[in-house]
Amino acid sequence: MSNNILDIKEIFKVYPDGVIANRNVSMDVQENSIHALVGENGAGKSTLMKVLFGITPYQGGSIEYKGSEVKFSNPREAIAAGIGMVHQHLMLAPDLTVAENLILGMEPLRGKLFLDADEAVRICREASEKYGLAVPAEKKIRDLPIGVRQRVEILKALARNAEVLILDEPTAVLTPQETDVLFKTLDGLKAAGKTIIFITHKLSEVTRVADRITVMRDAQAIITRDMDDLDEVKIASLMVGRKINTERIPAPVKIGSVKLSVRDLKYTNSDGVEALKGIDLDVRSGEILGLAGVEGNGQTELVEIIAGLMAPDSGSVTIDGTSVLSLTPRQIREAGLAHIPEDRMENGVAEVASVEENLIVDRYYKPEYNTRGRLYWKLITEKSKELIKKFNILTKSSKTNVGSLSGGNIQKVVVARELTSNPGVIIAAQPTRGVDIGSEELIHNLLKQARDEGKAVFLISADLDEVLKLSNRVVVFYDGEITAHFKDASKVEDVDLGPYMLGIKKEDAASGKMDS
Amino acid sequence: MEKWILKYFTLIRVMIALIIGVIVTILMIYLISEYPGESLKYFFTGPLASKGRLFNILEMAAPMIFCGVAIAISFQADQFNLGAEGSFIIAAAVGTAFAVSTNMPALLHIPLVLIVAGVTGAVWSLIPGILKAKWNASELVSSLMMNYVAFYFSLYLINSHFRDLDAGFLVSLRLPETAVFGQFITGTRMHFGIILAVVAALWAYYFLYHTTSGYEFRQTGYNKSFARFGGINIIKVIILSQVLLGFIAGVGGMSEVMGIHGRFLWQGQPGYGWDGIIVAIIGRSHPILIIFSSLLLAYLRVGGQVLNLMGDVPAELVNVIQSLIILLITAEAFLGQWKYRITRRQAEREEAAK
Ligand SMILES: Nc1ncnc2c1ncn2[C@@H]1O[C@H](COP(=O)(O)OP(=O)(O)O)[C@@H](O)[C@H]1O
Ligand SMILES: [Mg+2]
Repeated sequence: MSNNILDIKEIFKVYPDGVIANRNVSMDVQENSIHALVGENGAGKSTLMKVLFGITPYQGGSIEYKGSEVKFSNPREAIAAGIGMVHQHLMLAPDLTVAENLILGMEPLRGKLFLDADEAVRICREASEKYGLAVPAEKKIRDLPIGVRQRVEILKALARNAEVLILDEPTAVLTPQETDVLFKTLDGLKAAGKTIIFITHKLSEVTRVADRITVMRDAQAIITRDMDDLDEVKIASLMVGRKINTERIPAPVKIGSVKLSVRDLKYTNSDGVEALKGIDLDVRSGEILGLAGVEGNGQTELVEIIAGLMAPDSGSVTIDGTSVLSLTPRQIREAGLAHIPEDRMENGVAEVASVEENLIVDRYYKPEYNTRGRLYWKLITEKSKELIKKFNILTKSSKTNVGSLSGGNIQKVVVARELTSNPGVIIAAQPTRGVDIGSEELIHNLLKQARDEGKAVFLISADLDEVLKLSNRVVVFYDGEITAHFKDASKVEDVDLGPYMLGIKKEDAASGKMDS
Repeated sequence: MEKWILKYFTLIRVMIALIIGVIVTILMIYLISEYPGESLKYFFTGPLASKGRLFNILEMAAPMIFCGVAIAISFQADQFNLGAEGSFIIAAAVGTAFAVSTNMPALLHIPLVLIVAGVTGAVWSLIPGILKAKWNASELVSSLMMNYVAFYFSLYLINSHFRDLDAGFLVSLRLPETAVFGQFITGTRMHFGIILAVVAALWAYYFLYHTTSGYEFRQTGYNKSFARFGGINIIKVIILSQVLLGFIAGVGGMSEVMGIHGRFLWQGQPGYGWDGIIVAIIGRSHPILIIFSSLLLAYLRVGGQVLNLMGDVPAELVNVIQSLIILLITAEAFLGQWKYRITRRQAEREEAAK
């Protein structure tokens, strides 16, 4: 084929810690097409794009761009050659304006020294018009919603004359409505002659916009082909090697009394932003309450306050009727809380500690595990081995460092610890982020099982499929407030949640309370 | 084989650093010395040539072990407290003052003086701990500053209040017979303090790896957020780790006075706090390994002394070697490429085996 703009051949990449992220991966991209790169979390998609973009070195293979071999040693060279990349985590300076971000590294100068602010705004407006991407040139990035920030990143790449645009999981942080807008933009760019590579693991998106597709699994490219008649089911089976299960779990049969109760909880962060504006909610024994919402709308603060890691300005939190706000994290755990944290590497584990050391952090001080301060390591090893077996944690031994396990297995260590402390209330924040499909199913089953045992489960997730699959009730969070409460999640579709997630719609006096 | 290398990589790295240190030493001696063969012999076999020198090594290693272990405990809790030096000296001064002003049987006097010294060191070291826990003031800076305060306060205390006017130079009064260590090998300076140092190291090992508090220390050192999340009281860990540091360093200081000199006679900073950091780094903050790294450093020091005395190479040579070894051990990138290549080959091999 002569109209290949990119020809990636046999890329081999090992990270310094021994993880093979790309195992002889090949992929060709046709000029002026939208090319979807799909695969589960950890399949090696971001790595491949980082190799292409000159961010990370690789050990084997070659890249042909516009008919000649290239090897970019840094992103600047890639940009100069006409390749642009919008990263999974946006990389804009929050305190600069849109225009200032746009011209970073190619600043128009006044008198050779000073930034020409007017010229910057003019460049920004011009680019914005040329590509039909509306952005507020003079606003600070900090004040913009994620969807708009992303548009700024795209524009930034285009303003540097990108012909090939790489988007790494652009839709992960967007609501369904914002996703629609993004896809219109992509169609527009294609019409303007650009080539787009976009990474996702949501299959409905692929069938909607892609012309061609590459499927990655387990560090390898399984296939590259035209979309033609390929449907979601076929892609899914290519992606995971087996069928995934998004079917909703049956509703709980026995719901009991309120276990976790939050009332009028308010918190203003150090920047003066009201992160929580008076939150009310209840979670009852035997149910899963799902909290949907774009990340960064106050979910993290809510969870950290409940767990005692942060103090609110006002309001109350009770577990089983006891107020927990003045208690230490340990006392709150003893009151019956278990917590799967959203950031597992930060809070969930100590990477350089062994699996068994990680498994006992919430219980080592109990009489079972020591007498007068002397730890029973033999017993701890035995119990750890049981957990490793029960939760199917793949590790060489209980003495292996947690940091050398894969993401899914690290998460299983966290889950194994949290679900075996005999809690009454379980907070699960992004419990399956970045884990493989097998672990995801295991974790979902465990949460369901905990629910059926009468525990109160509070699920916080940015993944709407996950929220809808597991929850029997759903509340939606936007800008520190609950904007909607769906008492019967089985009647809800993801598109119903979108307007509330964006704050476009809001129920009057919405809360997650049960008596309302 | 390669698996084995990966497993013990840090230890192997230390060994290689030591070997490079030795090679550089040999080269330097060849460059500096008129008769390098002789000099090499003085340096490497000199320390082992007589019983006296052998005991010299042990005696010199004792305060290094005390301070190294003290520092290792705080390192393990991720506290970078440089206050061992200050605790060491102020405990020695206050302990001396207490010893010369009290009178009781040896069986009581010795432990009591050690406890007074240890508590003094602990209280002294508590100050940076509290500053850190309350206001997040860097313990590195505050403990460093406080070393000077400790030093001058000690000089003031001894020189103005407990000075031996008959001695003819600036030293404290002699400790009463009831407060000095006996020698356990007569005719040498092998005092009870050396045994105490090894006991301190063994205790620290037990504490760090077998007790709930030690577990708390290590988890806090590995990842503070994780420790807090799991329910560990990290304020307690920060404070307790500094207290232990001060206590052990303080006992070490007093034990020097009670074992070797019989009186407080430092008029300059003795530098054991710094030696402690060196042996803690070479021993990877592991109390048992610190016994060996202290012996190694003491061996090099004695070798340097012999060389200085008998040969024509200055003892400062040892400082050069010591710095080189530390540099190699702490430079994360040293041998990093080698490790990467092995890791990669290993990954590919496991791959092929699948
Ligand atoms: N900087 C890194 N160092 C070590 N391992 C990494 C690094 N980045 C990614 N990995 C590992 O490489 C594999 C592929 O990751 P990635 O390319 O991010 O996957 P994807 O984008 O498909 O989710 C994963 O196992 C991941 O843990
Ligand atoms: Mg990725």
